Amino acid sequence: MSSDGNKKQFWKRNAAKVPGSIQHVYGAQHPPFDPLLHSNLMKAGNKPPPATPGKPKKATTFQEFESITSDAWDVGDDDDELLAMAAQNLNIEVVMETANKVIENHSKQQERQRLDDTTDLGPREEDTQEEVPEEEEEDEEDEDTRVEEGDAVSPDASFASQSSPYADSRLVKSHSEAPVGSPRDAEGERAALHRQRSLPHRPPVIPLVARMADQNTSGTPVMTEREASRLDKFKQLLGGPNTDLEELRKLSWSGIPRQVRPITWKLLSGYLPANAERRESVLQRKRQEYFGFIQQYYDSRNEEHHQDTYRQIHIDIPRTNPLIPLFQQASVQEIFERILFIWAIRHPASGYVQGINDLVTPFFVVFVFEYIEEEVENFDVSSLEEEALRNIEADSFWCMSKLLDGIQDNYTFAQPGIQRKVKALEELVSRIDESVHRHMQHYEVEYLQFAFRWMNNLLMRELPLRCTIRLWDTYQAEPEGFSHFHLYVCAAFLVRWRKEILEERDFQGLMILLQNLPTMHWGNEEVSVLLAEAYRLKFAFADAPNHYKR
Amino acid sequence: MGSDEAYNFVFKVVLIGESGVGKSNLLSRFTKNEFSHDSRTTIGVEFSTRTVQLNGFIIKAQIWDTAGLERYRAITSAYYRGAVGALLVYDITKHLTYESVERWLKELYVHADPHIVVMLVGNKSDLDSDRSVPVEEAKDFAAKKGLLFLETSALQSTNVEAAFSIILSEIHKKVSSKEVVRGSISAVSLNSSGAENTEKKPCCRNI
Repeated sequence: MSSDGNKKQFWKRNAAKVPGSIQHVYGAQHPPFDPLLHSNLMKAGNKPPPATPGKPKKATTFQEFESITSDAWDVGDDDDELLAMAAQNLNIEVVMETANKVIENHSKQQERQRLDDTTDLGPREEDTQEEVPEEEEEDEEDEDTRVEEGDAVSPDASFASQSSPYADSRLVKSHSEAPVGSPRDAEGERAALHRQRSLPHRPPVIPLVARMADQNTSGTPVMTEREASRLDKFKQLLGGPNTDLEELRKLSWSGIPRQVRPITWKLLSGYLPANAERRESVLQRKRQEYFGFIQQYYDSRNEEHHQDTYRQIHIDIPRTNPLIPLFQQASVQEIFERILFIWAIRHPASGYVQGINDLVTPFFVVFVFEYIEEEVENFDVSSLEEEALRNIEADSFWCMSKLLDGIQDNYTFAQPGIQRKVKALEELVSRIDESVHRHMQHYEVEYLQFAFRWMNNLLMRELPLRCTIRLWDTYQAEPEGFSHFHLYVCAAFLVRWRKEILEERDFQGLMILLQNLPTMHWGNEEVSVLLAEAYRLKFAFADAPNHYKR
Repeated sequence: MGSDEAYNFVFKVVLIGESGVGKSNLLSRFTKNEFSHDSRTTIGVEFSTRTVQLNGFIIKAQIWDTAGLERYRAITSAYYRGAVGALLVYDITKHLTYESVERWLKELYVHADPHIVVMLVGNKSDLDSDRSVPVEEAKDFAAKKGLLFLETSALQSTNVEAAFSIILSEIHKKVSSKEVVRGSISAVSLNSSGAENTEKKPCCRNI
């Protein structure tokens, strides 16, 4: 295309709206794919192209693109996973068995803990605060969890039989959100009961795997051809003597098959060298280094100058993923404590800041998965070999460190990084959606009031963990994904809710909406849409003034 | 929802205090009658409301729950703006959290309205067996500093309603007594023709 210069002008209009009014087609299986972006990128080649989200398409003008909707949805290799996943069935037996096992283990743990625990008595409750309209969608996700509910008979019964809802017995936690609209009546009732007594009005903790379409368990039936071919491509790249990281990034942008995610993340983050031969020795060295830190520093956590840090970490860990059984295990909590403490004292400019604890989680979960076949969230880590667990710990530490390196000023005193980003978000939104921006201004909602958390926790509090994991596939494929691209994702995210936002007519309503966005049922599909939109925005503002571009 | 109830006032109240003392659960207990052992750390600021009736007036309590960590104070100081009340919370089983109260008070007086009504709240009173802060001591301290005082248990729901009712009541007294110049407190009254009223429509959602 020769009209490259034209295209640039086109994109750089000052109009409030970004060129094009690509409306999401609801019900589409695939994210809106913008062929125009690709053609431009291929031609322009001015800067190192960010990982392209897929193959270039044919539409040569924007008008053409707009009219060829069928093309837009045919993304070829990119989101084959979605189709495949939608076709997979749940292996109920496996899930039930695992669930039973963990419930047992957990009950035993609880018993033990109750004996030495004099504080914190009271029932644990489930996190169900999605409003009624969400019920239908939750049905899908609850299929795998429904069975766990059914098996958690005794704790629930005791809960229900208490005269005061807050008696001393501790409930075994459910492994997920309480199922809503369950076909099994008893559970439905219990669920309803739980819903009433559910958590404070804040973003719910989501089960790792809550949507059937996102199962992607390796223990389940055949992958589709497309999914298999994608996996093959990854394996090819990963199997060679020298992994082409650029290619890997491109592939990873659209999501990484679960089977190869652990190693891909390690490569993308720069932890693992591209050269296959060196990997083993590097791993060994880094792991040893980490354990050296433990030996060197960990004992100092009780010393006066580190006490506060340790204390804060110590009370935050149990509050990190309170509804996922995996994270209630003592050994896991200790791992988190070590990782965070060591990191904190090695980074005195920021030390430990609440929110950083969340950032360990995705790495840990993904790396655990390397060793197991079944679902991660209910997994009992004591069945892992000690060495494996140690390696997971060390790898999580290093990868998390790398992540934080890029965003450290988010956490230094006064958190200037975050303040800057929130400002940038505001500017961006004022340009891409003036109505939303004005609406918020009118009701005096300040971006800092809701977006602080978006920046501080990288949207982890607004999305289910499985979505975060998918998001981080792309963030690690993008240059400066966690710092720069994240901004566009936040903008796309905010504007995604424009309808709901514009429906709120007072400050209170807006604040409550923005702090409780209904993403509980979200999966790969929604994230893909979000990412595509963010990418579009990023491209549109690629030449924008410096303060929201690196 | 129901009838088109107007509210007379909107009072912004902030919850402050060390990390882990139970602010979030006090908030959820008051606004939703909920308590959870599974709450997560508060990041930045979280927000909730509840409308109550006091002395025949309808008052919308707008409650801000902040993170307790020192690190956040640079950000959260902005949230004091317009606050007419503050619940300064400590944990009766952790003396350290009580020792920080002075620091929190200082911060409050630096950032918040000078007429802000403050209540000292000793939370987790259900854990009396682990108590490390004697009631009398705290009571005396509060009296000396001109603070309201109550011990509460968000878990058992003890005194939570009372704490909020009392502080809202005191705020209302202050506002009505015109002890304060109207403009310095962000109270909204339907009777005032002030600009503050514009976005506060007389619809009512009893949240």
